[in-house]
Amino acid sequence: MRGLTRMAVAAVGLAALMAGFFGQPAFAALTIEITGGAATQIPVAIVPFAHEAGGAQSVSGVIAADLARTGQFKLVDPSGVTPPPHHAADVHYSDWVSRGADALVIGHVDPSPNGRLTVTFRLLDVGSQASLASLSYTIEPSLVRVTAHEIADVIYQKLTGIRGVFDTRIAYVSQHGRRYQLMVADADGYNGRPIVTSLEPIISPAWSPHGNRIAYVSFEKGHPIVYVQSLNTGRRYVLAGFRGDNSAPAWSPGGRRLAVVLSKDGNSQIYIINADGTGLKRLTRSDGIDTEPKWSPDGRFLLFTSDRGGSPQIYRIPSDGGEASRLTFDGNYNVSPSFRPDGRAFAFIHRSRGAFQVAVQNLASGQMQVLTHSRLDQSPSFAPNGTMILYATELGGRGVLAEVSSDGTTNEHLIAASGDIKEPAWGPFPANH
Amino acid sequence: MRSILLSAVLCGMLAACASTGPAHKAAVVDKSLNAPAAGTAQAQGVKNPEVSGNPLTNPNSILSQRSIYFAYNSDAIKNRYRPLIEAHAKYLMDHSKANVVLQGNTDERGSAEYNLALGERRATSVKNAMTLLGVPASQISTVSFGAEKPKALCHNESCWKQNRRVDIVYQGEQGD
Repeated sequence: MRGLTRMAVAAVGLAALMAGFFGQPAFAALTIEITGGAATQIPVAIVPFAHEAGGAQSVSGVIAADLARTGQFKLVDPSGVTPPPHHAADVHYSDWVSRGADALVIGHVDPSPNGRLTVTFRLLDVGSQASLASLSYTIEPSLVRVTAHEIADVIYQKLTGIRGVFDTRIAYVSQHGRRYQLMVADADGYNGRPIVTSLEPIISPAWSPHGNRIAYVSFEKGHPIVYVQSLNTGRRYVLAGFRGDNSAPAWSPGGRRLAVVLSKDGNSQIYIINADGTGLKRLTRSDGIDTEPKWSPDGRFLLFTSDRGGSPQIYRIPSDGGEASRLTFDGNYNVSPSFRPDGRAFAFIHRSRGAFQVAVQNLASGQMQVLTHSRLDQSPSFAPNGTMILYATELGGRGVLAEVSSDGTTNEHLIAASGDIKEPAWGPFPANH
Repeated sequence: MRSILLSAVLCGMLAACASTGPAHKAAVVDKSLNAPAAGTAQAQGVKNPEVSGNPLTNPNSILSQRSIYFAYNSDAIKNRYRPLIEAHAKYLMDHSKANVVLQGNTDERGSAEYNLALGERRATSVKNAMTLLGVPASQISTVSFGAEKPKALCHNESCWKQNRRVDIVYQGEQGD
């Protein structure tokens, strides 16, 4: 109850900050440490929870890994504080002031009836000695990692004012020899499960806005066909199975329509189709390749890749048709646009000096920034809160997934499992929030 | 066995074409296509009595050459492939019941979706060349595998140049 009250206080504070006329929001009570000139990192200590399991099921370990991946936090080593505190009454704040921690996370895992567990955590502001959040979750033991992600989301939101994305999912394609699998996993790459297995290629998974369906392209019939599959039932249907290539599905913000790319009338062009497969109508008319449509968050525009001007570049077109305008001019290969969730910028793949790298361009200013230093990046997609970009790259001869912060300051490989991994897509916020 | 033989022929053909091809005109064309000429002799040395009667598979026949290779991000057919395309066009006109699938492919770099469209355009480019020579369009279909079915698996130009290609597959044959 108390935690909820605190949350409400923080929300009021955030609204005040945005309005720009009143005080400091609760999360800003923490001082921010600047490292390397560019990154601002919040020093946070996460004490191992009492009675928690070890390894991949460690609640504090999952929280620490989640926060560290964002690049926005500096993890303060809690070892040496004895006994380690698990309840607010046990905290000696001087221990944490001397270690430079601005925030402290403590908690405990306790048995509950029917084999369930109760996970309790508290987030404390070291400077003001105030409790910023306190919540308990009674769960099946199999949900320990999911719960740890939810806790990390609460901590992230309290300390940054931004909604966290740790309790979201990603999709990607995994290839082992001749076997292709469309996988869905937690945002940190754990708990991957196949939703399609095929001996023919699969590309271009696209999450529906509510996260309950995935559209994708399968070559299982000998040529590319677009399917839509329910994640709850596993049932699927052909969305576009015309003569020629059917590919590049993209959901409209409301989920009622999709953009697809068809070659049935000659060169690859963009069409709009209802989610039930009816009402097909052509959107683009060019002599070149038009592909990779992506709807703007407000549904008014689509970004797409076209080589109508001689080289593949990114264009924008109104979603009800009309003139397309070219957006990228730097270099002769700019592809795979992905809107930032606020609609004001987009990520894409930019080729420069033979390297294919993730870049971001601001729509209003046209200014571009290359974010990565690798050689063969592909398929960038934004986290639903816009802070991170998931993409595929090559490492040691294999495809792996990687993340870069949207300002380019943090870059980490996420999944380096066996086999080749590519075509990642970051899913939306969970619908039940 | 047959796929092994086919691979040997394709490798030999690539080398032969590279060593005798005309000078490249575009700056983006890879200069590293100069594989050792030994591949030619190796391919021609392959003997398979089972298929020697069929010009489509006899390694001494130009019709056994099935792959047309492209420069990076290009669907332009290089002059060196004219004899190969003309031979297949003549065969298709002489055998009106024969049908081909032209399978377009690209290297792995960049966008999977753009590559899918580029592979389609490469296949269409070869189809257009054949129909201009008089082959009825009804005997030719196209499909693109984009970057999804690479023949060579490494992550550098030595493999990429082998994957930027259109394969000619006759109906009833095993494609890639």
